[in-house]
Amino acid sequence: MNFWNRIANVDRRVLYLLLALSVALPLITKPRTTVPVSEAVKGVYDAVEALPAGSVVMISIDYDPSSAPEVQPMLIALLRHSFRRNLRVVVMGHLALGLPLADIALNQVAPEMDKEYGRDYVNLGYRPGSTALMVGIGREFRDYFQTDYRGVPIDSFEFMRRVHNYRDVGLLVSLAHGTVADYWIQYAGGRFNVPIIVGCTGVSAPSMYPYLRAGQIKGILGGLLGAAAYEQLIEHRGSASLGMPAQSWGHGLIIALLIIGNVGFLLSRRKGKK
Amino acid sequence: MLKRNIPLAIVFLTAVLLIIAFFIPHRPFGDLESRFLNWYTIVLGFTMLLGLDSLTRHHLVRIFRRTEGWFYSLLLILALVATVTLGLYSWFRFRSPFALQAPFMWLYTYMIIPLQSTMFASLAFFIVSAAYRAFRVRNFSATLLLIAACLVMIGNVPLGSDIWQGVGRLVHAVVPSVDFGAFSRLEGFAAVKDWLMSIPQAAANRGIAIGLSLGGIAMSLRIILGIERTYMS
Repeated sequence: MNFWNRIANVDRRVLYLLLALSVALPLITKPRTTVPVSEAVKGVYDAVEALPAGSVVMISIDYDPSSAPEVQPMLIALLRHSFRRNLRVVVMGHLALGLPLADIALNQVAPEMDKEYGRDYVNLGYRPGSTALMVGIGREFRDYFQTDYRGVPIDSFEFMRRVHNYRDVGLLVSLAHGTVADYWIQYAGGRFNVPIIVGCTGVSAPSMYPYLRAGQIKGILGGLLGAAAYEQLIEHRGSASLGMPAQSWGHGLIIALLIIGNVGFLLSRRKGKK
Repeated sequence: MLKRNIPLAIVFLTAVLLIIAFFIPHRPFGDLESRFLNWYTIVLGFTMLLGLDSLTRHHLVRIFRRTEGWFYSLLLILALVATVTLGLYSWFRFRSPFALQAPFMWLYTYMIIPLQSTMFASLAFFIVSAAYRAFRVRNFSATLLLIAACLVMIGNVPLGSDIWQGVGRLVHAVVPSVDFGAFSRLEGFAAVKDWLMSIPQAAANRGIAIGLSLGGIAMSLRIILGIERTYMS
């Protein structure tokens, strides 16, 4: 077996070790990086900036802990941006296991920004129903959410008394790791014309671009890069910015491995032909 | 006869009513749609019970029969019982299982979050191994895909900006009239990535979406008209 054959058939544990090191080292050394801001991310920032103070931003938590490292920084940055602009935040979700992540983020950001539960934000919690709920709250929120996640009637919160359906929502944000964002766009956006922005995992982001190109959504936060770019725009670096160097090195390693593997493959093939 | 025709008639009438309500969301269709959506939500809630029943039954049988891997089934049942117990206790004690001081949240923070994140993160290792062994420039299409993948990966991270700046320095050293600042701001790799995502990738995705939607419409029509009846078996 020649050198290139050996390289092409390297033990997978070596690859695992290389990847682990390339991700761990930047997380330990924490180098500071800047990321390019795409039009898709700028669209999200502009959509929030365009809302007048007091508008309602509805954030749907459609992800669970498996996607939290990518999507949770988006939620934190969005909350920070919305609170800074004095927007009212309503949180709900289609995944029961995702809602505590919203609570964790709200309990982190709200005290920092001097925001109060019920006055500035409300967590409506989880209801089953998926697409039925999306269509149903287009008629009246109270058909599905008469109370918040702790069982407190939503009409006991002053700003919620004015919120009845999508006409009272300035911006709908779907933070999703699956197809729920598509449903929001198709059911809430298509039928009720509510402005939508989407935050999703890097894997799901490509499927959102046709909606962006068609003007059905205002912007996309795609993966850790989207979250880091948004953090950069709101000038508050969080965990996404900290994670970007690790992702950067990881991608660099994969590209290097692809080049090495393919050089080995081409040389072996040429030798075989001879 | 009735066993077959009544469900078919219910499906047909419900579908027609919902289609009408979509275009005419006023009384009486709007109210009917709202009622149907509530029923749908209730049925959806019961499917969770059905799933729970099926899962528990399957694993209990494995434990009692001592089939291979029964220990994992036991772990699953124990985890299920612990989660439900802590969830119910937290609900009664703190009015919500997700109250930050509730014991269920301890389980959530220190078990569910790390376990799910680890499962998802471990994918990266398999992807690296698979990409290294299988992503080969065997033909023109594979080469094109490989180049596009590398450009998207490099454009997605700060490393792309760093390499682009290096290219800028090199170009400026060779051709001093080239403005290094302006060249850097072009963010070549990020721009190429954005173009790839917005144009060719979006076009391909749009094609898939249109195909899926047409397939969905065709299947829905088959169900509404009673041609497709496998859901009744």
